[in-house]
Amino acid sequence: MLKYILKRLLMLFPVLLGVSLFVFLVLHLFTTDPAALMLGQHATTQQIEALREELGLNDPIYVQFGRFIWDIVHGDFGRSLMTRTPVTEELLKRFPATVELALAAIFLAALVGVTVGVISAVKQYSFFDYLSMVGALLGVSMPIFWLGLMLIIFFSVNLGWLPVAGRIDIGMEPSHITGFYVLDSILTGDWAALKSALAHLVLPAVALASYSTAIIARMTRSTMLEVIRQDYIRTARAKGLSEGLVVYKHALRNALIPIVTVIGLQLGILLGGAVLTETVFSWPGIGFFLVSGILAADYPVVQGAVILWATVFVITNLAVDILYAFLDPRIRYS
Amino acid sequence: MSQANVLTVPAAEAERYSFWGDFWRRLRRNRIALGSLVFLAGLAFVAVAAPLVAPYDPYYGEMPKALQSPSAAHWLGTDELGRDILSRIIFGAQVSLKVGFLAVGIAVTCGIVLGAVAGYYGRWIDNLIMRFMDIMLAFPSLLLAIAFMAVLGKGVENAIIAIAIVSIPEYARIVRGSVLSIKENDYVQAARAIGNPDHAIIFRHVLPNVMGPIIVRSTLGVSTAILEAAALGFLGLGVQPPYAEWGTMLGSGRAYIFNAPHLVYFPGVAITLTVMAFNLFGDGLRDALDPRLRR
Repeated sequence: MLKYILKRLLMLFPVLLGVSLFVFLVLHLFTTDPAALMLGQHATTQQIEALREELGLNDPIYVQFGRFIWDIVHGDFGRSLMTRTPVTEELLKRFPATVELALAAIFLAALVGVTVGVISAVKQYSFFDYLSMVGALLGVSMPIFWLGLMLIIFFSVNLGWLPVAGRIDIGMEPSHITGFYVLDSILTGDWAALKSALAHLVLPAVALASYSTAIIARMTRSTMLEVIRQDYIRTARAKGLSEGLVVYKHALRNALIPIVTVIGLQLGILLGGAVLTETVFSWPGIGFFLVSGILAADYPVVQGAVILWATVFVITNLAVDILYAFLDPRIRYS
Repeated sequence: MSQANVLTVPAAEAERYSFWGDFWRRLRRNRIALGSLVFLAGLAFVAVAAPLVAPYDPYYGEMPKALQSPSAAHWLGTDELGRDILSRIIFGAQVSLKVGFLAVGIAVTCGIVLGAVAGYYGRWIDNLIMRFMDIMLAFPSLLLAIAFMAVLGKGVENAIIAIAIVSIPEYARIVRGSVLSIKENDYVQAARAIGNPDHAIIFRHVLPNVMGPIIVRSTLGVSTAILEAAALGFLGLGVQPPYAEWGTMLGSGRAYIFNAPHLVYFPGVAITLTVMAFNLFGDGLRDALDPRLRR
């Protein structure tokens, strides 16, 4: 087991190196000259050439890549072309916002998805089953940014219950411990901040969770339907166990592996969707930062955000793989 | 010759049990899939005949008429420049279907070639291609598409390319997996033994057996492509104004949610219905092609 985890961790390095090389090549081969971009349209050819020399853009490409990797390993993603601030600093500032949103969404998706899926399977072909499967179809077909807009119009504009955008009311930020506002406000006992943070979190989390909730509900339903037909379920019922006990202890436990798999995969998909949700709700995370970086042609920002995002994605997938081994003792890795 | 006739099935019988005939019969029985197909055919017709069907010019706006709510004259209202929203949605169908089909077409073609080469030849070619695909799969696909748009620049052609590139690995994997199992079959060995060249074996004996899963996957892929194109448009990276595209309409309508929310209602409904139809039709295709997969 430990050997397997170590092996998988070691395999992370070539993948991440490949990811970095990929991003580096794509951005360096096809984008416009960053030196020209930094100096603006009035720069002379000599000025641009001097800056290219200074930035090392005239070095051979492998030297540039080596330097690029060296910098990344030292946590340096360069400076933003627009704000001149270190990209690493900006990313670190925004990272907790994205993680908080993604975790809230996956928690919501898993809770609602599994519950709905189990009830649908137990009451197959009931009105509830029919309704929830139509809901799941809607969930996979609706663009999440549109759902986000609809939620804003309904709950924020029409009803006025929830804020339209942002992470927290201005000036309410809890003192910085972890960077997760919900957690920080609980830790510091700042209940006003907690209320504000949760109110801001609800709609983006619901919008982001919609697609994953649908997928998890479908998967839970079909897996549960298979498990429920097994002999041991009939045995459990025959020996007089209550229906609740049969469903939760005998059926759900055995259906858990594919469900956890799909939840893990969804966490990765959620990370992609977060770009859209953050844009709709002006959520100050990495996705919002990335999109503004692209629109401003700020390539160190794009580079840093994409690499960080892919790293999180790869590590998440690895963590899910390792989790299986704990959940299912039958799985042996060699 | 007369001896061979004894072994052949009578033509009528062969027709009745042909694979595609059977497939079509199963698909026809699936009312939801058939309904989706009819919807998509209608949508395709509207898209092609947009200049004839649309009540107004989608690009002509009258400022005094801006932000009008739905009315008898403008069924879905007017946008911030006084343009008819229904007409823009009708013209937007052209863009969405074009992006969906072209992106998937390119991705499937590249995916089939790469997957077939990797699976058929194996060894270092397989390793090279599949490791590269693994790297691409290390990114969430929308994120990768966004990154490509940053490099390629905005616009509908680039959106098609970006969406196509990010979906290649999925098809390459399906094809490679199928090719790996099919190439061991006796009839492929036989085809090789009588001296067929590699490309003939791949195209005539291997690929036809991979088409089932590819057709199903690509139908579902069109819905993903339409969603991704809308997302790029919404972020301001895809189709550029004034061209009508559903995602772009949502992106520009976003500023008016306080006083004219109808700007964002209808393009979203159009995306949802179209994506839903492709999803349902894809599910129907899967069930009809392989009844064992039916859940």
